[in-house]
Amino acid sequence: MRYGDSELPLELAKIRDEIQGYAKEFGLDCFETIFEMVDHDQINSLAALGGFPVRYPHWRFGMDYDQLSKGYTWGLQKIYEMVINTDPSYAYLMKSNSLVDQKTVMAHVYGHVDFFKNNHWFSKTNRKMLDSMANHAVKIREFMDQHGQDKVEDFIDRCLAIEDLIDPYLPFVPQKKRPGGEDEAKQPQEPGRLKVFQPYMESFINPPEFLAEQRKRMEEDSKKAKKIPAEPQKDILAFLLNYAPLEQWQHEVLAIVRDEAYYFAPQWQTKILNEGWASYWHSKIMTHRALKDSELIDYADQHAGTMATQPGRVNPYKVGIELLRDIEDRWDKGRFGKDWDECDDMVLKAKWDKKAGLGRQKIFEVRRVCNDVTFLDEYLTEDFVERQKLYTYNFNRRTNQYEIAERDFKKVKEKLLFQLTNRGQPYIYVTDGNFQNKGELLLLHKHQGLDLDVRWSKETMRSLWEIWQRPVNVETEVDGQKKLFSYANGEFVEKFV
Amino acid sequence: MIYNIKRDHARFRSIVKGKIKQDLKKYVTHGEMIGRKGKDMVTIPLPQIEIPHFRFGEKEQGGVGQGDGKPGDPVGKQDQGESEGQVGNKPGEHTLDVDFTLQELAEILGEQLELPKIEPRGHKTLKSKTERYTGIANQGPNSLRHFKRTFRETLRRQIASGIYNPENPVVIPIKKDFRYRSWKTDVRHENNAVIIYMMDVSGSMGDEQKDIVRTEAFWIDTWLRSQYKDIETRYLIHDATAREVDEDTFFKTRESGGTLISSAYRLCQKIIETDYAPSDWNIYPFHFSDGDNWSGEDTRLCLEIMEKSLLPMCNVFCYGQVESRYGSGQFYKDLKEHFGNEHESVILSKVENKEGILASIKDFLGRGK
Repeated sequence: MRYGDSELPLELAKIRDEIQGYAKEFGLDCFETIFEMVDHDQINSLAALGGFPVRYPHWRFGMDYDQLSKGYTWGLQKIYEMVINTDPSYAYLMKSNSLVDQKTVMAHVYGHVDFFKNNHWFSKTNRKMLDSMANHAVKIREFMDQHGQDKVEDFIDRCLAIEDLIDPYLPFVPQKKRPGGEDEAKQPQEPGRLKVFQPYMESFINPPEFLAEQRKRMEEDSKKAKKIPAEPQKDILAFLLNYAPLEQWQHEVLAIVRDEAYYFAPQWQTKILNEGWASYWHSKIMTHRALKDSELIDYADQHAGTMATQPGRVNPYKVGIELLRDIEDRWDKGRFGKDWDECDDMVLKAKWDKKAGLGRQKIFEVRRVCNDVTFLDEYLTEDFVERQKLYTYNFNRRTNQYEIAERDFKKVKEKLLFQLTNRGQPYIYVTDGNFQNKGELLLLHKHQGLDLDVRWSKETMRSLWEIWQRPVNVETEVDGQKKLFSYANGEFVEKFV
Repeated sequence: MIYNIKRDHARFRSIVKGKIKQDLKKYVTHGEMIGRKGKDMVTIPLPQIEIPHFRFGEKEQGGVGQGDGKPGDPVGKQDQGESEGQVGNKPGEHTLDVDFTLQELAEILGEQLELPKIEPRGHKTLKSKTERYTGIANQGPNSLRHFKRTFRETLRRQIASGIYNPENPVVIPIKKDFRYRSWKTDVRHENNAVIIYMMDVSGSMGDEQKDIVRTEAFWIDTWLRSQYKDIETRYLIHDATAREVDEDTFFKTRESGGTLISSAYRLCQKIIETDYAPSDWNIYPFHFSDGDNWSGEDTRLCLEIMEKSLLPMCNVFCYGQVESRYGSGQFYKDLKEHFGNEHESVILSKVENKEGILASIKDFLGRGK
């Protein structure tokens, strides 16, 4: 299957082989990677479609394409590289890029592909997503033929409003422990007894009080099981698939949206680490191997552009590459472990170098096990935050602008982790599918200091209502007080509980 | 490469068009698009169309940044645009700039105001040539090869010469079987049209009035351009005397003299007589004023010029009266008294304020002349 309209020209094919050689030499372990040459219009289309050449019809892809094309025409933005997590991996090269750019992009791409293949959080993704996406497209087009484009597209909009209500950790929970898994199905009716060989020992080995207690606990459990869901469930899409009164085609559309949401989830879970890793390797490969003297300025220019920081933003490329280099440096010099942590002699620390040489090995380990949350939680240091000039900012209502708040290590780390955990989005669970015994849906917003945006909540609840077809409620807090949002049939109500 | 993006794009644009249609009055009233007009395109700022999500209140969240500065320094936030790759979801009102061609805009206007198509009069004298690939030739480049026709020719030759074997239907073309797509030149006769804008620039016409005229002129242009292949525009300003100016001067000039409307009508008549033979041209004079004229005598003169020369030459004569604090509005009354409401080639419209622009446009263009 080829998506580009041309094979790699000989010159680029040679460069590809060369870069691939370096990647192997450095120990990167990649899927087969297929490069496609595309022009700016094609890359804008592909970017709008999330990298996939075939997606189901939807206006938002058109909107993204419109904006990307305009950004390109006005010279505001340009997409340098794009690579999709499949096996084999597909990566796109812009026809108009210079040779140096192509080299850099290829090196960067090999970094990503190695990451896709080896990072734990990608291990459960569907590597044949290209085909799945195409199948989704076929199905949805069929639904559109049967039920009308407006109707189907409208339902897709509803589903997309809640596409983030999934549990990215779910794929890592063993099948039988998932809600509705085997464990629950095979609940024994009677509490288990230990085997007794002498009958007179029975009351000692299996004391009746203990059995009674067990029985009571099991009764409670089974009562809980009758409540749907038994425990608050974060994968609301799965809950809706199981219990919402959907028509067959709606069920499939929702399943498709959920499927794609799970596919993309690891990409935002590992944005900083993934971009950092790819940047680390394009930089390493280019500066240590591939770069010719004459290409230095162009390379430096492009690399600097990628690493540029803007006020009020964290550039994942920049933070990622710097933190990886910091880790490599610390492990090379042995700046870790008990001795290092307990040393408070700053002079000694500044000169600390145990020649441990474990840096490379360490960053490979990081790329295998970490996602952004664990990456920053584990390895962000006070020294690093200071050197990288990280700060937190807040909105100042008095001056009506965003202002730098603090440079304190703990605060910066806390804020960063907050933004990365659950993608900086509110934690929402489904707690009851038969709220007030009226078949209403009850969701719980686990409040962690920030209130929900009411206007957006209302719109989102409208979508949920159209899927659930009964009133939808959200338990939350507003200004420190417990509140219940309810939505049904165009009416949105907030009340105190 | 099969992308379905063009369809998605068309879908998106039709959604956007629907939104503009819904809020057309707002867009017309604010006149936002005029400043953003390019040669054939208009950029319209729309509120971002977004799919809702559960999220935190805007501006509550703050975030993390990188760089110099001390606590309290403002963080220069730019429009977020693509949040791709940036940590956290930054608040900020988005607008969506969408480009439309004038033709599309005219379609939106036409559909929303239910404007009838104009039935042009006069001869079609303007010749325009278009080349279309509708012909077939025996020679041509391979990229234009017509597979079906080539196949047919081959089949015909093979059957005629008896080589064709239905049991083994191999069809091999030889050089003279090949057919290629080729162009034909279409000559079309188009209608000519000219719009002559006249405006009172005496002291009583203020900036707000001119804004209204500018907005009306923009939409009239847009609509008429969608109806005629090519269109000319002329601009006349007048106080006690009239002169022809360019578009820019037209909207910027402010004089302080009295007002003799007849001066403009006379100049208009002269321009038509020299440049635009009524037999060949569709002629649209538009006159905007606040309704003040120097004297009843001059008004009588105006009526006479209209009756005798202008009306027989024009498709329709439009008079738009923009309400102003200083104007008496007498001229509208006089015209109305003379021509009545339903005169076949005089259209009168009053614009009280910006809110009235859309209705006034409908007055002018709603008759399909």
